[in-house]
Amino acid sequence: MIDKMDQLFVLLQHWLVAFLPASLQQAAAVLISVVAIVCLFPALFALTTVLERKGLGRIQNRIGPNRTGPYGILQPVADGIKSLTKEDIVPLSANAPVHFLAPLVLVVAVFMGFAVLPMGRNMVLVDMDAGLLFYFAMGASTEVAVFMAGWSSRNKYSLLGAMRAVAQMISYEVVLLLSSVAVVMIAGSLSLTKIVEAQNHYTYGIPHWYIFTPWGLAGFIMYAIAATAETNRSPFDLPEGESELVAGYHTEYSGFKFALFFLGEYLAMFSISGLGTTLFLGGWSAPFSFLTFIPSWFWFFSKLMLSIFVFIWMRGTLPRLRQDQLMNFAWKFVLPFSLLNLMVTALWRFMGDGWERWVVCSAILIIAYVVMGRFSMLREHFGPRRYRYAE
Amino acid sequence: MLGEGILKGMAETARNFAGSFVSKERLTTVEYPEERIAPVENARVFPFLVYDTADWEGGLRCVACQICEKECPPKCIYIDKSKDKKPDAIGKPQFYPTRFDIDISVCMSCQICVEVCPFEAIKMDTDFELATDDRFGGLLLDRKQLAKSNEYYHQIHPTEASEVDARLAAEKVKADAKAKATADAAAAKAAAPPAPKPEAAPAPASAPAPKPEGAGD
Repeated sequence: MIDKMDQLFVLLQHWLVAFLPASLQQAAAVLISVVAIVCLFPALFALTTVLERKGLGRIQNRIGPNRTGPYGILQPVADGIKSLTKEDIVPLSANAPVHFLAPLVLVVAVFMGFAVLPMGRNMVLVDMDAGLLFYFAMGASTEVAVFMAGWSSRNKYSLLGAMRAVAQMISYEVVLLLSSVAVVMIAGSLSLTKIVEAQNHYTYGIPHWYIFTPWGLAGFIMYAIAATAETNRSPFDLPEGESELVAGYHTEYSGFKFALFFLGEYLAMFSISGLGTTLFLGGWSAPFSFLTFIPSWFWFFSKLMLSIFVFIWMRGTLPRLRQDQLMNFAWKFVLPFSLLNLMVTALWRFMGDGWERWVVCSAILIIAYVVMGRFSMLREHFGPRRYRYAE
Repeated sequence: MLGEGILKGMAETARNFAGSFVSKERLTTVEYPEERIAPVENARVFPFLVYDTADWEGGLRCVACQICEKECPPKCIYIDKSKDKKPDAIGKPQFYPTRFDIDISVCMSCQICVEVCPFEAIKMDTDFELATDDRFGGLLLDRKQLAKSNEYYHQIHPTEASEVDARLAAEKVKADAKAKATADAAAAKAAAPPAPKPEAAPAPASAPAPKPEGAGD
C-alpha cells in the first residue's frame, strides 16, 4: 500500500499507456509525463501568485486579496482572464518576430529544466547521466530570451533592463555552477537521480543530506543567493526596478505575452528551487527515517513550497540592491567564498570518515566567513553609505 | 558580523507575518463596503449649500453674490443670479441663485469657496460615494442636489456648525440693534424737524446686512 502510494503517478502512467499498442507506448509515456509537468507547474504558479500576495500582505500587516472567490483563491483566474482579454500591443519600431518569440523561448527553456528533475522515486522525465549539465545549459538559455525581449522592444528601459538582467545572470551563473560542483564532487555523478540516491541514507534516523555538512551548508547558502539572483527575485530584482526602469525588459509587453514572462519567472523559481532541493535537501527523501512511509513526491513538493515560501519571505524583507553592490557582492564575496568551498569539499572528500574533517572544514569556513565579512565591511561599498555632498 | 542585519530583518517580518493572524491591533485594515469607520470631524470632500427652513429652495442662505464663483481656482462653480428678490429665511428680501452648479469632476476640494463666503452658505460635505456611470451630467451637481439642511451640517461637523450658528445669531442681534438704532434715530429726526429729507431715513434701515451684495455686482 505504501509502495503503491509512493509510485501512484508512475503506476497511473503505466496503466494509461497499457491501452495503446506496443509501438506507441514509449512515446505515449513521455507525452503523459510532459503533459503532467506542463499542467502541474502553471497550476502551482497560479496558486503561488495568490499565496505570495497574501503572504506579502501579512508581512506588511495587511489582509491581501480576499475578494475573488473564498479567501481570494480565484484571484489568479481573474488575473488570467484579464491578461487574455487585454490588447496585445507590439511597438511600431519593435523587431516583431523576435518580440513575439522572446516570451515563448523563455517559457520553453524554463520548462526544459523540469525534464531532468527527479520529483519522486522513479518520477523523472529523462534520467540523463549529465542531467545537471543539461539543466544549467537550459537555465543559461533563458538569458537569451531575456535579451531578445529587451533588444527587440527598441525601448531604452527594456534594453537597460535586459542588460542588467544579462549582466546579473551571467555573474551569478558562475556562483550557481561552482556551488553545485561541490555536490558533484562528493556524489561523483552529474545525474540528478544518483545525487538524490546518494543522500537517501539514514544514520540514527537523520538523513545524509548535503546541507547537514559544513561544505553543504555553505554551498547551499551560496546556491540560494545565486538562485535568487538568477530568477531576478528581490533583493536582486534590479532588471525590473520599477522605480528606474518602468518594468525592465518586459516593459513593452502586454496581455498574454506579459503573462508568459510572469509565468516564466515563476517557473524558473520553481525549477531552481527544485534543483536546490535535489542537490542539497535530499530531493524526494524524507527528513527522518520514520517518515519514509509518506510518498516521495510529497516530500519533493513540500521542500519546493518551503523554498518558495523563503523566496517570498525574503521579498517581503529585503530592499533592492544597487547595481554596483550587486556586482561587488557577486564577484568579491560570493565567488571567492564558493571557490574556497570547493577546496573545503575536496578536503572533506579526502580526509576520510572521522570526526576531524567536521572540525577542520567547519573551522576553515567559519574563519573565512568572519574574516571576509570583517574585511569587506571595512571597505566603503559594503558598509553604511556616506553621502559626501549631503553633509 | 556579515548577514546579521538580514537575519534581524527576517525575524521582524516573520513576527509581522505571525502577528497579523493573532493580534487584532496589528491588522488595521477596514474592509470598506462591509465595514465602515465614521469619518473624522474635519473630513471634507465636496461643497454643499446650507438651507435653514424646511423648504430647501426658500431657505438657501446663498444670496448669489458670486464671490465663490470668482474665487474658485479651477472654476467649477456656475451661478446664475435671479432678477427678482425673494425673502430669505429671516424674511429679508434677497437675490437668490436660479442656477448653482458645481462640477465635482473639476472641484479640487480646496475649501476656498467656504472661506470666502460671507453668508456661511456653502460648506464642505463628507459624502464621498459619488461614483456614477454618467461622467458629464452625473458629476455636475445642481442646487437641488447640493442643498442640505443645517441639521445635516450639525450632524457632520458639529463643532464648526455650532460656531457658525453662534456667529450668525450674534450678527443678527447686531444687525437688529443697528436697524433699531437707525430707525430710532430716523424717527427722532423725523419727529424733531418737521420734514427736511423724509426719504433718506428708511434707506439705511433697509440694508442692515453686514456685507451687502455690493461685491456681487
